[in-house]
Amino acid sequence: MTRSVTGVKPGSKAQSKVGRIFRLGDDIDTDQLAPGRYMRGGIDALAAHCLESVRPDFAQSVQRGDILVAGRNFGMGSSREQAAEALRHLGLAGVVAESFAGIFYRNAINLGLPVLTTADSSAVKEGAAARLDVANGRLMLKEGGSLALDPLPDNLLPIIAAGGLVPLLKARFSKGAVT
Amino acid sequence: MTMQNARTLAQKIIGRATGRPVAIGEVVTAQVDLAMIHDSGGPRRVAPILKELGVGLWDPERVVLISDHFVPGDTEEGARILQLTRDWAAKTGVAFHDGQGICHIVLPERGHLAPGMLVVGGDSHSPTGGAFGAYMFGIGATEMAGVLATGEIWLRVPGTILIEWRGTLGPGLMAKDIMLALCGRLGMDGGKYQAVEYTGDTIAALSMQERMTLANMAAELGGQAGLIAPDRVTEAYLAAAGARLGDWSGLATDPGADLLEHHLFDAATLAPQVAAPHSPANAGNAADADAKVDIAYLGACTGAKYEDLAAAAQILRGRRLAAGLELLVAPASRRDQTRASADGIMAVFESAGAKILPNACGICAGYGAHRLAAGTTCISSTARNFKGRMGDPSSQVWLGSPLTVAAAAVAGRIVDPREMLEAA
Ligand code: SF4
Repeated sequence: MTRSVTGVKPGSKAQSKVGRIFRLGDDIDTDQLAPGRYMRGGIDALAAHCLESVRPDFAQSVQRGDILVAGRNFGMGSSREQAAEALRHLGLAGVVAESFAGIFYRNAINLGLPVLTTADSSAVKEGAAARLDVANGRLMLKEGGSLALDPLPDNLLPIIAAGGLVPLLKARFSKGAVT
Repeated sequence: MTMQNARTLAQKIIGRATGRPVAIGEVVTAQVDLAMIHDSGGPRRVAPILKELGVGLWDPERVVLISDHFVPGDTEEGARILQLTRDWAAKTGVAFHDGQGICHIVLPERGHLAPGMLVVGGDSHSPTGGAFGAYMFGIGATEMAGVLATGEIWLRVPGTILIEWRGTLGPGLMAKDIMLALCGRLGMDGGKYQAVEYTGDTIAALSMQERMTLANMAAELGGQAGLIAPDRVTEAYLAAAGARLGDWSGLATDPGADLLEHHLFDAATLAPQVAAPHSPANAGNAADADAKVDIAYLGACTGAKYEDLAAAAQILRGRRLAAGLELLVAPASRRDQTRASADGIMAVFESAGAKILPNACGICAGYGAHRLAAGTTCISSTARNFKGRMGDPSSQVWLGSPLTVAAAAVAGRIVDPREMLEAA
């Protein structure tokens, strides 16, 4: 018997507004996303140093709705949830990469950060204006054209739509939808 | 070539937990049979989330809490966390093993695991449970809170990376040598967050505790789980531990099942391995390492079980520690220590001049009072030697088998332990 996680309509909040593309390479690790030496502080302090070792201006220049586009093995390293939390905290609409490290991928979904894979991200240019269509698996470029993304599996969409596992469960429990 | 209906061990376990046959690569929502948490990632992290959700545990009988990371509570913060852990255990009524040893060892030792179970653990070395043919993997605190509230979890049905070892391990070689060699060959992302499954006559000949070392270090290979199909060895261990054993007869990867990768290794040509600082993937022959050692650490879920202690004692019996070297022994569980005492193994450590530490994570987690000092070099039976994990960032940690750790403790530098076995 499968009890699927329901309660929120898939895709209800899954389309972001237009943002800018930040391009990164392969093997972005959890120490670059959430540097160990700032782990003692709160998420505000940690997010201020997110990716500073590869993009010193990142935390200052990123705006709500912006999108990260990277190569392979994004989020490799430790299991710290703060790596995904920092990106969510900075207001990113999501991350598109050629592949994700397993535990980062889980953490991102559970924290409500859309993470989508694509076979080849090289055509997407730094600074381009774009919108992430999570429900349909597309990166829509403002100048025209779009990049096909592997759609999120159906049972993960409600988690993203709710803003993460905790809000989803909150909605589920408050509706008395527990079986 | 894939044969119809042929399935992997991972597919069978996840399919059962999902309530229907599952295909590799699909994302499913499965029912969890058991959730293990410890003092570090457990109550102090999940209780606030459960409170926010306004719910209790989905099934207290399917939750096991084990204190190990902050034991013995020798810092103020650690003592506070242990108290919080104990209070939560009393309030919820979950099975609680307090100060009995490291979670990955205590869980099967107390009969909580059985083949075919789907188990989550709030710790990255949770793949250890795969040694018993359970699909067990590590998750973060938010996700654990979700499991504790609902009893369910999503997962992508993994592909299987089959790692086959053939031939007999020579004297002086242990499961740890196999794992360090694999880390060196496949790298720390070689497991691709898929199911790593160990097979072959070399594996079949290993004891349960040695198999646990293989499954444990699937984490270092970057696998989600590290599996070994159950057999008579598994059955004997679990029956003695009082586990409720179901029918495990079909729990194996079928011939012709779809495999992601299949690697073949020859045990006969393996020599004792060490991993140089600061990665398990920096593996090479112990005989080629040129390193003076200040501290030898026999500890952790990976390297201080009864059989690890027995192996080390083989070398230490009748020998003395190198001048100025400190040997620290933290037996992985109280039961294993009791057994080692009865067999005279603990006496060997004591007469060699070792310091005995509590049955806990100790220096491996680096949470307590014991830490490696600046500039020291340590040979350790643990699983990871990342920079600064066990102490000061300038400390140097080499990884080796319990035999290699013991031999280094006597020689004062890293040597091939077989030299001392032959002379014994
Ligand atoms: S002994 Fe080390 S590796 Fe094992 S659970 Fe404890 S901290 Fe983790």
